[in-house]
Amino acid sequence: MEQHRLLDRELNNLRDRLLLLGGATETALERTILALVERNSTTAREVLDGDSQIDRLEVEIDRLCIDVIALRQPAARDLRFVISVAKITPILERIADHACNIARATLDLNDEPELKTYVDLPDMGKHALSMLHAALDAFTSGDAARARQVIDRDDEIDETYNRLFHDLINMMVNEPGTVARATRLLLIAKHIERIADYVTDICELTVYMAEAAFIKHSK
Amino acid sequence: MEMSIAVERRREAEESLAEASASKIKIRALNFFYGRTQALYNIVMDIPERVVMAFIGPSGCGKSTLLRTLNRMNDTIHGTRVEGRVEIDGRDIYAPDTDVVELRRKVGMVFQKSNPFPKSIFDNVAYGLRINRLTESKAELQERVEEALTDAALWPEVKDRLKSSALGLSGGQQQRLCIARALAVKPEVLLMDEPASALDPIATQKIEELVVELKKQYTIVIVTHNMQQAARVSDRTAFFWLGKLIEVNTTERMFTNPDEKLTEDYITGRFG
Amino acid sequence: MMRGTRPKNIRRWTSAVMTTATAVCALVAVTVLVIILGYIAWQGISSINLQFLIDTPKPVGEGGGIGNAILGTLILLGLGSVMGLPLGIAGGIYLSEFGDNWFGRTVRFVTDTLTGVPSIVIGIFVYTLIVLRMKQFSTIAGGVALALIMIPIVMRTTEEMIRLVPTSLREGALALGAPQWRVTMGVVLPAASSGIATGCMLAIARVSGETAPLLFTAFGSRFFNWHLDEPMASLTVQIYNYAISPYDEWHAQAWAATLVLMTLILAINITVRFFTRKRF
Repeated sequence: MEQHRLLDRELNNLRDRLLLLGGATETALERTILALVERNSTTAREVLDGDSQIDRLEVEIDRLCIDVIALRQPAARDLRFVISVAKITPILERIADHACNIARATLDLNDEPELKTYVDLPDMGKHALSMLHAALDAFTSGDAARARQVIDRDDEIDETYNRLFHDLINMMVNEPGTVARATRLLLIAKHIERIADYVTDICELTVYMAEAAFIKHSK
Repeated sequence: MEMSIAVERRREAEESLAEASASKIKIRALNFFYGRTQALYNIVMDIPERVVMAFIGPSGCGKSTLLRTLNRMNDTIHGTRVEGRVEIDGRDIYAPDTDVVELRRKVGMVFQKSNPFPKSIFDNVAYGLRINRLTESKAELQERVEEALTDAALWPEVKDRLKSSALGLSGGQQQRLCIARALAVKPEVLLMDEPASALDPIATQKIEELVVELKKQYTIVIVTHNMQQAARVSDRTAFFWLGKLIEVNTTERMFTNPDEKLTEDYITGRFG
Repeated sequence: MMRGTRPKNIRRWTSAVMTTATAVCALVAVTVLVIILGYIAWQGISSINLQFLIDTPKPVGEGGGIGNAILGTLILLGLGSVMGLPLGIAGGIYLSEFGDNWFGRTVRFVTDTLTGVPSIVIGIFVYTLIVLRMKQFSTIAGGVALALIMIPIVMRTTEEMIRLVPTSLREGALALGAPQWRVTMGVVLPAASSGIATGCMLAIARVSGETAPLLFTAFGSRFFNWHLDEPMASLTVQIYNYAISPYDEWHAQAWAATLVLMTLILAINITVRFFTRKRF
């Protein structure tokens, strides 16, 4: 049947575009963490420059999703796939926005002397990055079990965030001179924590796509 | 594995639906033959009261045949044979003492091709009332005709030309006239055999809106080869393939996450 | 396509030749018809006047007319219709609605055979059956003969017309709880009525030109006659008698009578058109 080959081609195209967006988001997050660790302002600026490409991809995928729904009326598995793609796309874009915010904070931090405590922060960033990577893999293979594993890893991020929060508050109390920098670090930690939450959302959509089960807000 | 809220909710809704309204129609182990050819195999199905049940499936899958067993329309075709039971309100309509005329008054039918009689609009709607002697006075007859035409959303369009020929109406109007004709005798079940397949999109939309409106009063079974239509109008959908009932489910589940691989393949257009 | 050019020319040429050939054939057929009609009109019109239309036949040289023959033809047609049409229609209804068995098939076969039987055979049959027993030619015998010719025609056209009524219409009525006989009488017959009317009119037009069966039954008469048990004049027999006579005057009257008969058949055909136009 010609009809379903046409639909398959469009669905494949949609998947390719989403993976492109996922890859770009991953790169942005990876580079921004690198910039933070290495105090590299050039890398941070590159991340900010790359964001417009991500925005373009988001709009493009939005259009593709609308076209497929309007013109091909996908049902069942196909419908769940298109809906998942349509909902994951803005999530990825927001993750990239958080990466940009981290990059901006990094630029500000680089103007000042280094504050030595933030060893946990790069680890937290790498953890979030590996979660995003695993989440995109799970989505690509439609693997609900792996998606659920990724969701479970969010707890570690939350723990690290809470520890960092206390450490930085203590630092601010003990050394009032560090308040400006410590606040920036706290914001970065918050951004990473949010990113991990978004990754969790992606995994929930993967479970929906694979099993048609709504697991959001069910814990 | 977490039990998802939506699935749970859906299951609850289904159970309450099943409890609240005992099945209007019960089909049990139904086999159907055209001569030696078997057209339906061991169909088991319950159709609750006041829902729209859609039958879908590829051509020749037996969906129309099953529909026509529900008012014994197949009786008019030579060499057909039915095995099994079809119960409406708990009574087997294939029992020897069944009054087919009474059955067909209770189970109305609308056909694929609109088939108004070559009479006036009024006489078309009045036909069933007259042959069944359901009205006692001329005033009552007029009242019932108006009521049926109103229910079929046709009254405003024809109220000034009740005496003119039904064949002068447009295709969509003719089909709504046929619905009005069926409604006039106050049936409890309405069978619709691809009622909009010959109509343009606007007329189709009117029929579909009508179906959704009518389910408040009637149990409706609709055969359609248009899956989007089944999705739009029905509460439950049954998928047939080669004379077998493959799956019957709530319509939303059927179109988002059917249980059977075969159903999914058909619904997503990956059939064959 | 390279090899498409030559066959394409040949095709075009063949098409042109065939179109021309069929057009010529059609023209020949129409011309013959027009010549016949024109000749009849030309030969007949001179003898037609009011006297001719209302008078009875008179000996050669005294004029006379065909008034009794016109009346006789109308009475014979009326009689034949009264007997033949209801029987034919009822039989046709049976064949279409219930004739799907050995009996129906037999009736259908016999009917078709009867349609092909030469009308003179019908005439002889009625002669033996009625005229010999009554020991007299009679109007009633003529009517019976015409009815016998009409029945198979009406029966088969009725059957065909009823079969043309779409199944969906019957199902629509059945689905409303109508019993079979009400479906047939209330829905199917009205839907087929114009077609059935056409069949009836065609049957009448067909028998109005019959001579042979009337020679053996109604025989002919020189007077106005209202009695069904006596011989009855008719246009066709009158034409026959006058045409075989040796007198020029009678020949002219035969032409005139032919023109009248033709006009009558034309009138019937126009009536058919009137009935078959779409009403509902």
